[in-house]
Amino acid sequence: MGLITLPGAVAVAFCSYLGQVAELAAETVRSVFAGRIRFGLVLRQISHIGFGSQMVVIVTGAFTGAVFTAQTFFQFARLNMESAVGPVISVAMCRELGPVLTGLMVAGRVGAAMSAELGTMKVTQQIDALRALAVHPVDYLVVPRALAMLISMPLLVGECIFFGIASGYFVATKVLGVGAAYYMANMYRFTEAEDIFMGLIKGFVFGLIIVFISCREGLYARDGAVGVGRATTEAVVIGSLSVLIANFFLTMALNIFFPAGVSG
Amino acid sequence: MIEVKDLVQRIGGQEILRGFSIPVHRGETLVLLGRSGGGKSVFLRHLIGLMKPVSGQVIVDGVDITQLGERALEPVRRKIAMVFQDGALFDSMTVFDNVAFTLRERGERDEETIRRKVRETLELVNMTGHEHKMPVNLSGGMRKRVALARAIVWPPEVILYDEPTAGLDPIVSDSINRLIRRMQRQLHVTSIVVTHDMVSCNHIADRVALLHEGRVRFYGTLEELSKTDDSVVRDFVDGRSHEAE
Repeated sequence: MGLITLPGAVAVAFCSYLGQVAELAAETVRSVFAGRIRFGLVLRQISHIGFGSQMVVIVTGAFTGAVFTAQTFFQFARLNMESAVGPVISVAMCRELGPVLTGLMVAGRVGAAMSAELGTMKVTQQIDALRALAVHPVDYLVVPRALAMLISMPLLVGECIFFGIASGYFVATKVLGVGAAYYMANMYRFTEAEDIFMGLIKGFVFGLIIVFISCREGLYARDGAVGVGRATTEAVVIGSLSVLIANFFLTMALNIFFPAGVSG
Repeated sequence: MIEVKDLVQRIGGQEILRGFSIPVHRGETLVLLGRSGGGKSVFLRHLIGLMKPVSGQVIVDGVDITQLGERALEPVRRKIAMVFQDGALFDSMTVFDNVAFTLRERGERDEETIRRKVRETLELVNMTGHEHKMPVNLSGGMRKRVALARAIVWPPEVILYDEPTAGLDPIVSDSINRLIRRMQRQLHVTSIVVTHDMVSCNHIADRVALLHEGRVRFYGTLEELSKTDDSVVRDFVDGRSHEAE
């Protein structure tokens, strides 16, 4: 009996979870369009999410770009295609690695902090206190975080892409001896503006996924410190997995609008 | 002004309130007594729409607030303030910012006016000089005073107190009781106080109700409470458990 009902229970729990995230997103959109935006809090969150995440995003992008360049060079060198390393790195950083790595880093750093902060507020009745003071928690807590994430994520993705490509250029030309002119020429030839747009759009979507999952986890936290810990873990795990899964569907969908390798 | 009719609430399969009905008269202090875990705080949360009942009504100024959504409850919540058991102060803000929060959220933009009102309110609850402290650095009694200041800085019509003296020593409890009394005298507010502290009840109550097994077992004045011969009420008032030693 248990084995029969288990898939049903999991499906119901999954749908219920999606419903809660969608409801939170809808309430946030309603608040934004109703003009219930606290600009001071948005700026503070931009500082926390955007400015505070720069170091981790830069280091991740730079070292992934460097390693990816080295590995690509080792393989391409066997085919005498060393100068093709540049476009491979730049297209991969723009379309996939930049947005996905930024998404995972932000889900870990910011998603965890958001769910822990909101979860602590929930279990210590601070969210009830907000409601009792006639302040809607979505207006005060979720809207500033969502807007800050929407502004910060594309910028962080751009930063990750830039440092990934820059470190790749450095490793290829200064360490591995690829000709700088060939490297740059091929990179310019095969990298399109659409590749960058695709990365930024993905960053935008990943930002929304992370903020709504993290806020949902925090706002639904219960059972004291254990519950806050659980909410934080789930925010990171569900947020990271959602980024990876959404990336596949986004790649397939965006490839219709920005097909890879058509021009050049 | 506030009337509660046949309130039923279940939590985790257990029926906490079983048809709870009580009127609250304007300007008086109603003390709701009851054993710990008996549903007093749950009842209080219904009065401000923080919980929805299974059935029953909470009528505030002629409107049944159990039917209102979160947004529609906001005007009601501007009239009714709540002081939570542990204060529920915003732990990322100083005492000053906690008290100023209500003013800023309700549209006050002039920082000089905010500073003046916060100063006056903190003076009223004897918390002058603690403006820059964080909630984590305050004692239990101080946190409750700041929570009260946050609740009254924008003068409410009704104040709900959830166990205002729980966990405090007798001296601090007495000062909180005097504060509640002073709020009623100076601000002419209606107060609903949930407690199991008989000393506090005797100090502040105009009218008393006893919650027993999810229903109102007694409702009347302090004088009527002292004269009642209901054994359940008497056991509570006299603090008798009937358990063998």
